[in-house]
Amino acid sequence: MFDIQQYHKARSVEEAVRLLAAHEDALCIAGGTDVLVRLREPHSGGRCLVDIHDVEELRPIVVLDDGTLRLGAGATFTDAADSPSVLRHAPLLAEAAASVAGPQIRNMGTIGGNLCNGAVSADMAAPVLACDAVLRILGPEGHRAVPALGFHNGPGRVALRRDEILLSVDVPADRYRGFGGRYVKYSMREAMDIATIGCACMARVEEGRVAAVRLAFSVAAPVPVRCPAAEAAVEGMSAAPERRPALLRAVSEAVPADVKPRASWRAGADFRMHIIRTLAGRVLNEALDRAGEVS
Amino acid sequence: MGIGQSVRRLDAVAKVTGRARYTEDMGMPGMRHAVFVRSPHAHARVRGICLEKALALSGVEAVFTFADVPCIPFATAGHPYSLNPAGADVADRLLLTDYARYQGDEVAIVVARDPFTARKAAALAEVDWEVLPPVANLEAALAPGAPAIHPGGNLLREHRAGKETDAAAALQAAAVRARGSFRTPVQQHCHLEPFSAYAYMEEHNRITIVSSTQIPHICRRIAAQALGLDWSLVRVIKPCVGGGFGAKQDVVLEPMAAFLTWKLGGAPVSISLTREECMACTRTRHAFHMEGEVGADAGGGLTAVSLDLTSNTGAYASHGHSIVSAGINKLSSLYPHAAFTARARTAYTNTPTAGAMRGYGAPQVAYILECLVEDAARRLGMDGVEFRLRNVARPGDQNPLSGKRMVTAEAAACLEQGRRRFDWERRKAACLRTGDVRRGVGVAAFSYGSSTYPVGVEPAGARMILNQDGRVTLMAGATEIGQGADTVLAQMAAFTLGVDVAAIQVISIQDTDVTPFDPGAYASRQTYVNANAVHPCALKLRRKILEHAALMLEASADTLEMRAGRVSRGDGTGLSLREVALDACYHKERGGQITAEVSRKTTANAPTFGCTFVHVEVDIPLCRLRVLDMLNLHDSGVIINPQLARGQVQGGASMALGFALYEELLVDEATGQVRNDNLLDYKLPTILDLPDIEAVFLEPVEPSSAYGNKALGEPPVVSPAPALRNALLDATGLAVNELPLSPKTLYRHFAAAGLL
Repeated sequence: MFDIQQYHKARSVEEAVRLLAAHEDALCIAGGTDVLVRLREPHSGGRCLVDIHDVEELRPIVVLDDGTLRLGAGATFTDAADSPSVLRHAPLLAEAAASVAGPQIRNMGTIGGNLCNGAVSADMAAPVLACDAVLRILGPEGHRAVPALGFHNGPGRVALRRDEILLSVDVPADRYRGFGGRYVKYSMREAMDIATIGCACMARVEEGRVAAVRLAFSVAAPVPVRCPAAEAAVEGMSAAPERRPALLRAVSEAVPADVKPRASWRAGADFRMHIIRTLAGRVLNEALDRAGEVS
Repeated sequence: MGIGQSVRRLDAVAKVTGRARYTEDMGMPGMRHAVFVRSPHAHARVRGICLEKALALSGVEAVFTFADVPCIPFATAGHPYSLNPAGADVADRLLLTDYARYQGDEVAIVVARDPFTARKAAALAEVDWEVLPPVANLEAALAPGAPAIHPGGNLLREHRAGKETDAAAALQAAAVRARGSFRTPVQQHCHLEPFSAYAYMEEHNRITIVSSTQIPHICRRIAAQALGLDWSLVRVIKPCVGGGFGAKQDVVLEPMAAFLTWKLGGAPVSISLTREECMACTRTRHAFHMEGEVGADAGGGLTAVSLDLTSNTGAYASHGHSIVSAGINKLSSLYPHAAFTARARTAYTNTPTAGAMRGYGAPQVAYILECLVEDAARRLGMDGVEFRLRNVARPGDQNPLSGKRMVTAEAAACLEQGRRRFDWERRKAACLRTGDVRRGVGVAAFSYGSSTYPVGVEPAGARMILNQDGRVTLMAGATEIGQGADTVLAQMAAFTLGVDVAAIQVISIQDTDVTPFDPGAYASRQTYVNANAVHPCALKLRRKILEHAALMLEASADTLEMRAGRVSRGDGTGLSLREVALDACYHKERGGQITAEVSRKTTANAPTFGCTFVHVEVDIPLCRLRVLDMLNLHDSGVIINPQLARGQVQGGASMALGFALYEELLVDEATGQVRNDNLLDYKLPTILDLPDIEAVFLEPVEPSSAYGNKALGEPPVVSPAPALRNALLDATGLAVNELPLSPKTLYRHFAAAGLL
């Protein structure tokens, strides 16, 4: 049983924003896979839900005329994991979506909910950073677009006002063309788990050298992070197979400067750091292999 | 007909179509719902309790506290009543307490018109706590001067099995010795159906309890004891049960449900626990701390086994010391030629209560034994399979503790067949044991029992009725909780009666007012001991059918046969069972309803044997162990239903893989707080984490059970964990003597060994 006092169903994004503005204690619900878990606990006050689950315009995954890959915030994990466009242009987003929980959750949970929920362990967070994606947001004052980097602005917090909703995750063409991408979720079991560490990487190779790298982690710091130090350490280095060990060593040695893993009963900081360093090398390696296949 | 065939489970269609009814599906009009007020502290006393806010909530009908319950201490373990008071379980709890011994201990209970209101009200109960320092681990509990959790102190019980002096002398003389310290974690049963029970009264003095229980008859006795009632004033009904794995071999909710309906004028009251409550506030598998040493002679003979085992029973005794004691007994059949001794202790701590769990102490004892045996083999430079083959029990060997002779004992055949089928030598030779990703192979063996005899009594009951349409109703004391007891008993009855399995109708819902007496589903006993009731009962019914048919046919019963559901004469003529039944019921002069009933005690406990072979891959930088392949071999005597038997092995081995690699209920050793009382943070493996699990059965005919069968329910959980540890040792050279072998554990060991 859930402690739900009021329920409003939005039929459009504009109506959703209006409803959120009209009800001060309203909570936005899409797939419900996080919100309903929280509502299972009895609360003293009432709970008001604005349901955007059936807002059709939030659902599509498309490639725009300018080549931008657009994932509607209401696309489910299953939609993203199975989307031919995502698999073709940014397969790491599909890998991340496919790594979430189990089929039932993936059929309900949404890409947007995963990001807006603010969890540092969100599977979409690191790959969205590695794609250097743009987030489109609608609020009472209209539309705005912000870089994904900075959207998570504190533990469990995102730069989204209570009366705003996320419309889509956009990856402009120049940020995926020529890149190879990979996401690896390191967790204690193969399904129904949250990441102990999530690692995403996009990499591009030109003339045998690493031309661009975007490396990102979840659960490696209070918010999902990009890794400028590790990226700088390997850019320009040879990507040739015989030089790979040096490259991977370099990224693994540089990455600690970019992260700040936390010690908890779930995993020690030293263990997390070890996995971060191991994954930085392995995930970059696989992204470079895929970049080779692309170019 | 019937024995050795993969007959489809009788409840398969009902379960997959959702028709099967479990306790929570059986609600009643006017049902009230109760929720416990639990202690947030692992060790604390109640100074006062204020219920004003809870009682003020609309929909709340009553709140009872420790001050309202009978002052009758009772024991909860699902063991049969003991005629010898010294053998009785420890009666160390009341229905509610003002002294919290673990985080979650029950101080009050709220009854409301709906479950949500009850939960809200329970959160509104204001308890003034005097928080005490918890004793949250074994060392602290057994330290001199430790605060006593119960009046008798923290050491619940201690005993020694076998002769210490013999083992010491054999160790002294041994050519090689292996010793070590081992730890196993707290495991949770994670049965699909949470604990649920409701109670109501239809008469002025009798209480009916409907419960998801493994032990209806024991439950009746304990609920009556807790309330100070004559036992038959309580009636327990068991509908479909969604698994128990031993957790429900304990009386957890039923006395409270009975108390509440009694207090509320017979109104139906339901208690259904949340998953979080099931995980931390019911029962768990005992964590063990173990030391041990084994010795062998230069020729490869295992000469000595000496173990020192300490088990953590948590806040209340529940099954308590029986677990470690049974674990020792069950493993003692494996290497009967070694001088065997074990000291066992069980202690209370301010942690969740441990009780029965599939394997009942054997997974822990097998872990230390089979790791030390592997280490000794390696010291000798012998192959692990070869060393075990030299030492395992053979038919005719005597159990070193009980002195009983083993009639069927195919441990060696299991190892030999496993070695061949697993391609052990080739796999072992092919393992790459250097670099980042290494491979290794491992083996471990086990012995187990088929009942609790002679520690416990082993009665079984069966009743059969020839229905008017010629079908046969079977009522058995064996409790179906998902393991398939109803199906295999129907197969036995069909086989002996000479009818089709489809003609047997098993009454799966049990009711202690009418169900034949049997203590319940535990100790892998049901198929073994119930065979000894079903068989004579079927013979009796068959004789009565033939005798009545003889009257009808004016023939001698000895000239008649029952085959394919018909009574036949030698010449092929005869009667259908329907004709016999109708005549017996409705002929005006002769016959009467044809029924048979047998209650029979089994006074044997045939040991079962088997082993596990595993092939693993270890990714050292990622601190991960992956099982590539697993083969389990079992001597469980004659297999009644191969498909159900394979299911038991796959389920049991999966549970063992969880125990070995994933699962651990984390209790903060300083505070006694449970960290992961949910299925996200408690890492029960998923289907993607499990390898294909193969099962092979050796099938000697065991004479102590009517159809030649022995135990199978629990044996599959015993040997996988040490086999995996031994494979990890093979791959990396590291002996990791703790469980689970999870990435976090492996990280510590790999880092300490300089592998990272």
